[in-house]
Amino acid sequence: MAQSSYFVPSTAKWPIVGSVGLFFFALGAANWLNQGASGPWLFAIGVAIILLMMFGWFADVVRESQAGLYNEAVDTSFRHGMIWFIFSEVMFFAAFFGALFYARMFSVPWLGGEGTGAMTNALLYPSFEAVWPTHGPAQLGGDFQTIPGFGLPLLNTLILLTSGVTITMAHWALKRAQRGALIVWMIATIVLACIFLSIQSYEYVHAYRDLGLTLGSGIYGSTFFMLTGFHGLHVIIGTIILIIVTLRCAFGHFTKKNHFAFEAGAWYWHFVDVVWLGLFIFVYVV
Amino acid sequence: MSQETTAHHDDHHAHHPTGMARWVFSTNHKEIGTMYLIFSLAMFLVGGAMALVIRAELFAPGLQLVNPEFFNQMTTMHALVMIFGAVMPAFVGLANWMVPLMIGAPDMALPRMNNWSFWILPFAFTLLLMTLFMPSGGPASGWTLYPPLSLQGGNSLAFVILAIHLMGISSIMGAINIIATILNMRAPGMTLLRMPLFVWTWLITAFLLIAVMPVLAGAVTMLLTDRFFGTSFFNAAGGGDPVLYQHIFWFFGHPEVYILILPAFGIVSEIIPTFSRKRLFGYTSMVYATASIAFLSFIVWAHHMFTVGMPLGAMLFFMYATMVIAVPTGVKIFNWIATMWRGSMSFETPMLFALGFVVLFTIGGLSGLMLAIVPANFQYHDTYFVVAHFHYVLVTGAVFAIMAAVYYWLPKWTGHMYNEKLGKIHFWWSTIWVNVLFFPQHYLGLAGMPRRIPDYAVQFTEFNMISSIGGFMYGFGQLLFVYIIWQCVRGGETANAQVWEGARGLEWTVPSPAPLHTFDTPPLVDDSVAVHKDNLS
Repeated sequence: MAQSSYFVPSTAKWPIVGSVGLFFFALGAANWLNQGASGPWLFAIGVAIILLMMFGWFADVVRESQAGLYNEAVDTSFRHGMIWFIFSEVMFFAAFFGALFYARMFSVPWLGGEGTGAMTNALLYPSFEAVWPTHGPAQLGGDFQTIPGFGLPLLNTLILLTSGVTITMAHWALKRAQRGALIVWMIATIVLACIFLSIQSYEYVHAYRDLGLTLGSGIYGSTFFMLTGFHGLHVIIGTIILIIVTLRCAFGHFTKKNHFAFEAGAWYWHFVDVVWLGLFIFVYVV
Repeated sequence: MSQETTAHHDDHHAHHPTGMARWVFSTNHKEIGTMYLIFSLAMFLVGGAMALVIRAELFAPGLQLVNPEFFNQMTTMHALVMIFGAVMPAFVGLANWMVPLMIGAPDMALPRMNNWSFWILPFAFTLLLMTLFMPSGGPASGWTLYPPLSLQGGNSLAFVILAIHLMGISSIMGAINIIATILNMRAPGMTLLRMPLFVWTWLITAFLLIAVMPVLAGAVTMLLTDRFFGTSFFNAAGGGDPVLYQHIFWFFGHPEVYILILPAFGIVSEIIPTFSRKRLFGYTSMVYATASIAFLSFIVWAHHMFTVGMPLGAMLFFMYATMVIAVPTGVKIFNWIATMWRGSMSFETPMLFALGFVVLFTIGGLSGLMLAIVPANFQYHDTYFVVAHFHYVLVTGAVFAIMAAVYYWLPKWTGHMYNEKLGKIHFWWSTIWVNVLFFPQHYLGLAGMPRRIPDYAVQFTEFNMISSIGGFMYGFGQLLFVYIIWQCVRGGETANAQVWEGARGLEWTVPSPAPLHTFDTPPLVDDSVAVHKDNLS
């Protein structure tokens, strides 16, 4: 019924721009990694094109949304899109959590001589004892200390959980059409996000400079920095989303009933929050 | 508002771009589907040429044509091109064309993203194939990119990994679009259990894609950081484990093989009822069987790595879980045969390919069961038996189903009938030579010939010669397929809307060729239109 007026856009120019951007991005990155002189330039061009594409594409969508071209069915499609995108992100993190669990449950104990690893340990690494954290039998990256969970990471947990509350307050304000309160709560959320990111940056500097903990610190350093690093990247993306959504709140783009962009941003933010809880438990505490 | 939108759409009709712009900027599911299918056909020929290099070198023992490094690049690239460039885009192309037509939707749910899903692919494959022209050559570690070997290659690794990332982005967006379309865009009355099986199998496939493509992305990202940023995921000296890569990779890899075959099940489930002039037998059990296979695909991954050294309990679990898959697959084979039972059958080309699929895929399935048995697997592992197995499921399985689909729906796409005589010749030619190509490889593997090796002991010569002859005959025979498609696009007997006497479903209610926009007003669906439901009148 509603489908009879389903919005099928006329031609789309942004996807091909995005494809070209991704091509330069990937080509540049690969060149750069192989010490090619043109790598950084191609990479930068790719990033610039992708940013241009995102700006243009989202602007088009915002314009169409404001023009009332999207009916309920289109809205539902967007919801499906966002939900399944977040699910794909969850599975991306699952790969890295899987690596962490495998290292802790299997590879490190086996190297220490447990189960079928007895001969490996006896012949290759007789002095290696299976403990966590570890940088492996070859002690890659030198001595290091870890960041205790019940310090700044706990604070960060509280900050992210609080930001989950503030964004919910913002949503309630939006549903009551109180734009002032909405913007205040959004800004509070963004401030919390920025504090989180600042603490994470401080921690990274501290780890590299004072603790000797680097990406090269064996399997502990690998899992620690890849998990927290990709999470941090997602917090940065989430923060940008929150900023854009806040600006759109200020422009009055949203109504009590019609504010999917806000909800998508909030879903994403909660996803980032939940991933952090997993990180806090399995990377910092246990 | 409704009127406003319709007006916008009409405007679209009037200003539809022509020439290259029509394809580059398209948001139309039929045009994008066509691009996917053409791209897939091109990659099929590129990957096929690589296979012929492999078969030419293996025609006789000793090193004749190519050096071993290049041979390894060919095996690696052949797999990557065929899996990510030929089979997956073909299925996505078919989904693009047919899913909206089958569920009565005006287009895909997210038409702009649809364009992007496709247009990433040519760039991704440029990135992948250009490594062949670099001084250090293409990737040579096998498509699975196992460390430590893959980390010791030339400059290609970074390019391959980034190309895989692009393909992953494309697949994930394509899958999201298909799920959103199926769950949100069905015409009124098109309930889930009235959907054609091709739609059902694609819904489940799309779920698998979204679940495992990111895992592959994670695995190759760890390879990248191990090689370039000093991490130790796959380095025992740092507390990691190369076997970890194999676990993560096959957690992706096993669902991936069902991604490559579930849509094929869907296609065959459309074609066999049409040419048997009966409803599909056991529709609901087909849906449940597909879902069961998808679920099981997540808990069988380690059967790809039985020889790597795993605890006994793990091997037993993965062996039994793998064998359980034979049950839902058997349900499907049974249902296809039961559909034909006492049917009024005819044997046009799509039906021939579908029947070829049922018989030959079953051979591949049974050799898969043999491989699932741990003690036997220790013998077969990394031999030509494995190569024979997965080519039976992928070539006579997935590729045959794609060809069946092309012949089945080509009249709907082009408005012309293809040349039936040539189609039948194509089928028999392909079926005979594909067996000459792959069946001897079972014997080679059982006799101990390892895969991914450019040279072999002389006792393997005869079967390799037979296989290579089959390879070249099968390979060049596919040019006939290209010709038949070309001929059908250019002209031929006019096809009516129904095309096939026994065909059911919404796609046969629109004219042939299907106009650019269909179902702008959704059709009303009841059991009489639904493909698989009998109202027992």
